[in-house]
Amino acid sequence: MKVRAQFAFVFNLDKCIGCHTCSVTCKNVWTNRKGVEYVWFNNVESKPGIGYPKDWEDQKKWRGGWELKDGKLQLKSGSKLARLANIFANPDMPEIDDYYEPFTFDYAHLQNAPLSEAAPTARPVSQITGDKMEKITWGPNWEDDLAGEFEKRSKDSNMHNLEKEIYKQFENTFHMYLPRICNHCINPACVASCPSGSMYKREEDGIVLVDQDKCRGWRMCVSSCPYKKVYYNWESGKAEKCIGCYPRVESGMPTVCSESCVGRIRYNGIMLYDADKIEQLASVPNEQDLYQAQLDIFLDPNDPEVIAAARRDGIQEDWIIAAQKSPIYKMAVDWKIAFPMHPEFRTLPMVWYVPPLSPVQSHIDQGGLSSDPGSVIPPVENLRLPVKYLANLLTAGKEAPIVSALKRMIAMRAYQRSIHVEGKADTRALDEIGMSEEMALEMYRYLAIANYEDRFVIPSGHEEVRLEDFYAFQGQNGFTFGNDSSPGISANSLFPERRRETVESRDPAPSADER
Amino acid sequence: MDLHQMLFGVYPYLCLATFVLGSWIRFDHEQYTWKSDSSQLLSKNGMRLASNFFHIGVIAIFFGHFVGLLTPHSVFLALGVSDMAHQGIAILAGGIFGTLALIGGVILWMRRMFNKRVRAASRWMDINILGWIMLTLVVGMSTLPVSIGHAEHGDATVMLRLAEWVQSVVTLQPNPELLRNVDSVYKIHMFLGMSVFLFFPFTRLVHIWSAPFGYLFRAYQIVRAKRPA
Repeated sequence: MKVRAQFAFVFNLDKCIGCHTCSVTCKNVWTNRKGVEYVWFNNVESKPGIGYPKDWEDQKKWRGGWELKDGKLQLKSGSKLARLANIFANPDMPEIDDYYEPFTFDYAHLQNAPLSEAAPTARPVSQITGDKMEKITWGPNWEDDLAGEFEKRSKDSNMHNLEKEIYKQFENTFHMYLPRICNHCINPACVASCPSGSMYKREEDGIVLVDQDKCRGWRMCVSSCPYKKVYYNWESGKAEKCIGCYPRVESGMPTVCSESCVGRIRYNGIMLYDADKIEQLASVPNEQDLYQAQLDIFLDPNDPEVIAAARRDGIQEDWIIAAQKSPIYKMAVDWKIAFPMHPEFRTLPMVWYVPPLSPVQSHIDQGGLSSDPGSVIPPVENLRLPVKYLANLLTAGKEAPIVSALKRMIAMRAYQRSIHVEGKADTRALDEIGMSEEMALEMYRYLAIANYEDRFVIPSGHEEVRLEDFYAFQGQNGFTFGNDSSPGISANSLFPERRRETVESRDPAPSADER
Repeated sequence: MDLHQMLFGVYPYLCLATFVLGSWIRFDHEQYTWKSDSSQLLSKNGMRLASNFFHIGVIAIFFGHFVGLLTPHSVFLALGVSDMAHQGIAILAGGIFGTLALIGGVILWMRRMFNKRVRAASRWMDINILGWIMLTLVVGMSTLPVSIGHAEHGDATVMLRLAEWVQSVVTLQPNPELLRNVDSVYKIHMFLGMSVFLFFPFTRLVHIWSAPFGYLFRAYQIVRAKRPA
């Protein structure tokens, strides 16, 4: 057993209202620069829809993620040699139009225009060429709230093996929001595909980053990430991706998308997992077993054996405590109401999703769903949002875990409704699926109330473990050797290396009780 | 010292020194700028053919020059490669790969000049260096008829002199006189080619240093630890 900690997320789709506050805050903080105008580290898609970039889920087209080749994991884009052979022109690379041509508007014209009969307009301007654009034909959120024709939206990969024609009718239409960020995968395909080895997973919190100095712009990560969450900055020529807001997370703050979420749908927490099992569990033969496999890689933070192993592997005490209080662990493992998105990509993603229930619930309230005699929970095949669709999205098509999660959520709501509306606890729904009142109450606290301290259990980073010389850090941190943008990272530099050491003793003073 | 001696006795060293030191300094000091600077995101059309043709052509031509010019004459003879065979291979390989590079390069150049998105994202030096390489290539290709003319007369002396000069430069005994009577098309090509090395550290060409062969031998996943190992 090799214990590693992972900074992980749960997004509760049941409460996402599609307001895009997460996208906008993230945009303003991280991608408000030249070359990444088209980049949204965080975006919210309306589903069903083809998404951003177009058809990103279709791995027949993009060849992202992993596959099993003779029982062994291999990137879908082929062997390492195949990738090097394609390095001059990556055949799977998306083009800017697969995202959208970034645009702004000629706002100045509104003030500069001479007096005229008609009101002046602000025409769209391409942020790449600076030319006026005739018409904006696609954007990062073109299908918002089911905009556009059903024919186009229904190309959504999750619609396969669904009777599309049924859902074309207005009465049967369904809709959900899907907020997306980098999944900070346990088995990241982007890292595995990087020819220059510039991408890496941080050992202490599992955040996946691009070393901007080492990136050479070979672009393999862009196509190999099945979630299309690594982007190419056309100005700097480097790959950029969601950085998990690591400067915030290191100081114990939630990511900016999570913090700003008005629906309180986002949870940040720590998960412990067994790094020795990654390869084995990512290569289970049946795609539908991957959800269970990923559950199996997680370690119980309350198990004394795990705690001992975690200490041995250098995980700090406050991180172990955080893992014990992790909201992610509760939802993913204890209650099994959260799922990884597209586990069939075999990257072991670490942003998990609670499936949406709201349209179902209002349907129940309106008496639109019949229950079997003697049952208070309506049969799942009557739900408005097809379970098959959710299963295609979250469990590689396996419906049972989704059904069980939806039932738990319905039962929790029915129970709470009886308390708040009828003033008397009715546990029939809970009893029907064998759920305790205690669990229902806790689920209610986490899902409905969603207190800040329940949603975000984030231990601060331990910068001190890498500091060899505290005095030097205190006195010199933030000062560079005359080159702010690039302090130089090569081991054998032509230039004199900066001396960072101080003359003070490196041995910390003994603690009080040792004296 | 006349211009000829400057160009073929001093200039090669200026180019080589700039090539090595310039690359090293840029790598140490400005590694963020060290990249292939791909524009594939902005326009993918025709890239698969153009970029592959261009790169394969240029790489083959580089190693062709490298082996053909730097291998001592005696080694070729010992290997049983006659001067005429050597020249024949050079003409044939140069012709084939030169054509590949030319086809790819022309498409890339057209794209860089006339594709609005690519042009807008191009820096001054991106346009210059591609133009310079294409010029070098075109002049290099136009030495072919002259070389074929030599070959038809069974005369390999020019080729041998070129190789001898290159070897004189790398052994630090530059002998520009070897090139004194060589057709000027070769000299122009050599000047253009040497200049590519001079410009190298200031262009996107630095990505050549970073050809990622190490990828084949490393594990898929990379984990970086904050705490000292």
